[in-house]
Amino acid sequence: MSAVPRFGHGSRVPGWDESVDLTKDPAVVPDKETTPVRPELREEIEAAMAKYPDRRSAVIPALHAAQAIHGWCSPEAIHQVAAVMQVTPAYLTSVATFYDMLENRPAPAGHHDVYVCTNISCSLRGADEILDAMVGAAALTEREVHVRSFECLGACDIAPMASVDGEYVGPLTLEDTRQIVEDLEAGRPVLRDKQLRFRKSADPGVAEEAGEWSPRDDAPRADTAGLTDETKELDRPGPTAAIEMPADEAAEEDGDDQ
Amino acid sequence: MKLLLDRIDEPGLNTLEVYERRGGYDALRKALQMTPEEALEQISESGLRGRGGAGFRMGQKAGFLPHGDMDKYLVCNADESEPGTFKDRELMQKNPHMLIEGIVIASWAAELGRAFIYIRGEYQLQADILEAAIAEALEAGYLGPRILDSEHSLELVLHRGAGAYICGEETGLLDSLEGKRGNPRLKPPFPAIEGLYHGPTLINNVETLCTVPAIIRLGGKDYAKLGTETSTGTKVVSVSGDVQRPGNYEVELGIPSRELIYDLAGGPFEGREIKFWFPGGSSSPVLTAEDLDVPYDFDSMAKAGSMLGSGAVIVVDDSHTVLEVAKKVAGFYAHESCGKCVPCREGTNWTVKMLRRIEAGEATPMDLDIMAGVQEQIIGNCLCVLGDAMAMPIGSMIEKFRGELEAEIEAARQRADAAALHDVVPLGVADPHAGPMPVHTAR
Repeated sequence: MSAVPRFGHGSRVPGWDESVDLTKDPAVVPDKETTPVRPELREEIEAAMAKYPDRRSAVIPALHAAQAIHGWCSPEAIHQVAAVMQVTPAYLTSVATFYDMLENRPAPAGHHDVYVCTNISCSLRGADEILDAMVGAAALTEREVHVRSFECLGACDIAPMASVDGEYVGPLTLEDTRQIVEDLEAGRPVLRDKQLRFRKSADPGVAEEAGEWSPRDDAPRADTAGLTDETKELDRPGPTAAIEMPADEAAEEDGDDQ
Repeated sequence: MKLLLDRIDEPGLNTLEVYERRGGYDALRKALQMTPEEALEQISESGLRGRGGAGFRMGQKAGFLPHGDMDKYLVCNADESEPGTFKDRELMQKNPHMLIEGIVIASWAAELGRAFIYIRGEYQLQADILEAAIAEALEAGYLGPRILDSEHSLELVLHRGAGAYICGEETGLLDSLEGKRGNPRLKPPFPAIEGLYHGPTLINNVETLCTVPAIIRLGGKDYAKLGTETSTGTKVVSVSGDVQRPGNYEVELGIPSRELIYDLAGGPFEGREIKFWFPGGSSSPVLTAEDLDVPYDFDSMAKAGSMLGSGAVIVVDDSHTVLEVAKKVAGFYAHESCGKCVPCREGTNWTVKMLRRIEAGEATPMDLDIMAGVQEQIIGNCLCVLGDAMAMPIGSMIEKFRGELEAEIEAARQRADAAALHDVVPLGVADPHAGPMPVHTAR
């Protein structure tokens, strides 16, 4: 039997304490007024909060927005989001560590993300080799290209495939991995002739020429879709789990229920 | 007959202009002429079963929602992450207004005024397209207050996830939408009684909601004539893996599976044969080449010992070993288990470790029995079915391919023994946190 690796504190999960400083006291909700936050980030988070009956629903969009600016969910990014949303940093960290697309390891702003799908359908078509080749190709460039394997990205029809900064491309060959890096270096669309947005339906019953599948350039944004003054009345925030509710308030609520 | 993929490659179909030219939103006008009860009656009569995996009747589910004036919600589950499934992606990308129309009709039938689309974060292009379509529909008065001068008002918000398979589970999705970690909840209460923000919530898959306009257009009774008696209508099936033409195919439920895999998807590659296939995504128990004549519908699949699930056929040919696929399946669920329930969290991880043991040549045939026992103890013992979703396919692989797995165990043992004669057995990994070195580390 080979030895099971153990760590000093008893946990077998490496890196569990990397995103927090265990020697500090728990952080409280940061002050809204004194925390410096870029205006565009603040606006984006506030617009997201306005879309939901409960502001906490905007946690994922807010962390996405902060990550786009900071490169990853750094303590600083978490602190800024916490200040705007008025929640504790610990709550945001709990969410940020749950989801695969939120980065918890340092990464510079403006880096490229390449997700290579290595789930069943893609691996049957050679995705593991594509991943190795992609890692090799990314190591040769000066640009920050972060390559990682990802679970099913929902594009098994173009297996093996990858998502390059959100753009789905496939089916990939080993040579394509170098082309992806070259395209990223040149700043042009990656593997344009293999992008999913141009792909026709496979069903023979769908007889129609395919076009490009992307929103029009002048398409309006739906940030505030449905949020008119008239419909605001429709919506009364429902009670959600008492995450930061003070003890006396929580006791009152319990009393109401009975 | 194409209802969902009908001329779906038409350029510009993602814009309101083209969708309206094709008669888009006419079904909404027709539905708004009816009372909500009549609209719900149409959906119930159609016999439409949920396309997300469970196959629950949509009309029945919508009927569970309490009546009256309260905060009720509709959530469209667009967190399509089941391995092998990519039907919702194509529908949302190419015909987003069909989904919006379905949501507006369904919310009218269920008498609610607020809807969310929870789309997985990886679908950035599709989310952008949907967002633009929602804004267009709002401008044209198909969303917002007093839709088409009726009494119906609806707010629709697109919510992007951040990459977690568990958020496709309905209660995990609700927690995630409320801004928490996506941990499933104890049921009951079911979401129809207490769901999003503690309000009654109707949760439906993208494809289910996309079908609603067609049901209103055809009439529930006429829609029910398609397909089989208990599995009505058409279904978009995603075929992938070792086939020549992977892709989405819309078929009437009840066609022979062989027709789907061979005639439409082109069958396996030249010189290869189908070894086994998943009929409903990686969560479904595998079927072999002998089951190719089973009709592709909910009940026939259940009778054959598997399930239709989300309608994702993954074909595996004879160039791959069962062990290789089992490792991918178990590894996926181990990675995506949220960690809330012990049988799932530990069961998925130990299954991966046992499969690695086989590969390393450290397993005996008895390990297969232990592994099968672990699967049995996961099923039905967790809050959600993620653990079951691993236990069912792994259990079926052990059952159907026991001979091959035993041969694999023996071959790996011999390989490892031969290697041990040549190599020095490595002592444990030198790790500064590991504390005192265990005395015995060599195997």
